[in-house]
Amino acid sequence: MSALLVAEQVLNGLQYGMMLFLMAAGLTLVFGVMGLINLAHGALYMTGAFACAAVAAATGSFWLGLAASLAAAAAAGALVELAVIRRLYARDHLDQVLATFALILVFSETTRWLFGSFPLYLSLPAALSGAVSLPGGLVYPAFRLAIIGIGIAVAAFLFWLIGRTRLGIRIRAGEADREMIAALGVDIGRLYTLVFALGAALAGLAGALVGTIQSVQVGMGEPVLILAFVVIVIGGIGSIRGALVGALVVGMTDTLGKAFLPQLFALAMEPSAARAVGSALASMLIYILMAAVLIVRPQGLFGARA
Amino acid sequence: MSRAAIIDAGLFATLIAVVLVAQAAGEPFVITLATKAAIFALAGVGLNLVLGYGGLVSFGHAAFFGIGGYVAGILASHAMSGQPVATFPFTMQGSNEMLAIWPMAMLLAGLAALAIGALSLRTSGVYFIMVTLAFAQMLYYFAISWPAYGGEDGLSFYVRNTFPGLNTFDPIQFFAIVAVLLGLGLLLSALIVRSRFGLALRAARAAPGRAVAVGIRPFGIRLTAFVISGMITGLAGALYADLNRFVSPTMLSWHMSGEIMVFVILGGIGRLAGPLAGAGAYILLEHLLGGVSEYWQALLGLLLLVIVLFAPGGIVGMLNGGRGR
Repeated sequence: MSALLVAEQVLNGLQYGMMLFLMAAGLTLVFGVMGLINLAHGALYMTGAFACAAVAAATGSFWLGLAASLAAAAAAGALVELAVIRRLYARDHLDQVLATFALILVFSETTRWLFGSFPLYLSLPAALSGAVSLPGGLVYPAFRLAIIGIGIAVAAFLFWLIGRTRLGIRIRAGEADREMIAALGVDIGRLYTLVFALGAALAGLAGALVGTIQSVQVGMGEPVLILAFVVIVIGGIGSIRGALVGALVVGMTDTLGKAFLPQLFALAMEPSAARAVGSALASMLIYILMAAVLIVRPQGLFGARA
Repeated sequence: MSRAAIIDAGLFATLIAVVLVAQAAGEPFVITLATKAAIFALAGVGLNLVLGYGGLVSFGHAAFFGIGGYVAGILASHAMSGQPVATFPFTMQGSNEMLAIWPMAMLLAGLAALAIGALSLRTSGVYFIMVTLAFAQMLYYFAISWPAYGGEDGLSFYVRNTFPGLNTFDPIQFFAIVAVLLGLGLLLSALIVRSRFGLALRAARAAPGRAVAVGIRPFGIRLTAFVISGMITGLAGALYADLNRFVSPTMLSWHMSGEIMVFVILGGIGRLAGPLAGAGAYILLEHLLGGVSEYWQALLGLLLLVIVLFAPGGIVGMLNGGRGR
């Protein structure tokens, strides 16, 4: 277990965490502002990935594909908000869960009908397809570094947007008291559509980026969605800062656990048993972490209410 | 009998009648479909106890369904191979007796429900939904990465488990077992809902503040209901494993949790026979729409959307003329 290997896994964890942050930020915004639990967030992630794959294949440009992923996911988000989601704000969480579960079925099967069941693969853009030598002799794929950079940029943008702009003031006001800001003349319906589309665009971006390093296929959104739930439960629902910290904690725990737990158990057990126990435990690690956070702070690390 | 009770009895009688007609017409496939619907209904009866009467939106009931399934699968596979399941602290042999498997499935599902419930019930609302979902996912990933019982590929056992005096391979006899258990499950849940405990559970849902004020401690009541609910769903899981003679991590997946929830809602939440109507309708739709298009789940999704948005009472609610619970 060399220092180089550890550093590489830390970067992997960071990259994974940043991707989770892109997903969790949208979920937590939508929940914080509209009080809506949106299972279809993973479907928007998938929409972004497929839009990127389709446009990149048609035009040959990854960057156009990336732009398309943002646009397609934001458009799908706005459409879904107008058609379905806005009828759900006043309903209880159960109706929200069911309606968005139904949306997943519609999105997944429609995508399967359009694109088929086989995974699509994206090729990396030429500028980012190589590897970068980092100080200390570590060689790391440039595209993964770019994901980390994009994550940091999006986090900075969101903190600026929520904390420093007029729109951010309205979003925070909507979180605190929706009747009051409606009475003050803010078009609350348009604000909600905008926030939903923003969250959708971030999910679409995450989908396109992850689709590029893995593959693009139907059903890719749901595992990530559930991890994003774990992230916002750990971080505290409604908090962007909580989403960032939670995402990094979950990304690191999962990556480092999967990389090193089997080796750790191998110190005390025979190799095959160590691999079985280590990998089984590693796959449960983030849920154990979540349980621990819930025992100590049921409202999450940065959450205001339980 | 009240109108609601007549609808409940009518739905159960319809299930039996469908199977008897299918038997007379020599359609074993229909009997198998009805058996599947009855098993799903039993899983839904379990969930309905916490979801409908307790107001607790558990999105992780696949955990108990899957545990029940794996207990049946693991015991049966050990009975086949002759290897003991455990040698410490005492030797435990496998079994292919349903009467031995069911209590074990219910016990383990109940213990899991106790642990998951004790942690999840510290939270409420949307946190509860996500946390129950996450715990079920934890078991799902555990089942995938644990190689001893097939991991991702699942576990087949080639012979259906046995019940004294019956031939469980005969579809109608297996259906009879499932139908009796479903009937008992419905009866149990009717008794629970009418009992003092059930009143307290419903009080904690409808007005938690007042319930506390009259001396009801919601946590204990809810946890008890959650454990009973997990046990019923676990039993359904064991039956489902026997129906397919196969268990796989799919039984633990979040999609399964969603489906069990759909049975309850489609039928009518908080109504005794709601899960039966919902599971029956689901299987019927799967069969009919599946013939229309390979992508039938998109149609199911649209239908579900319409029901959630425009008919919150579900099927039983519509039969009951839209009257309140």
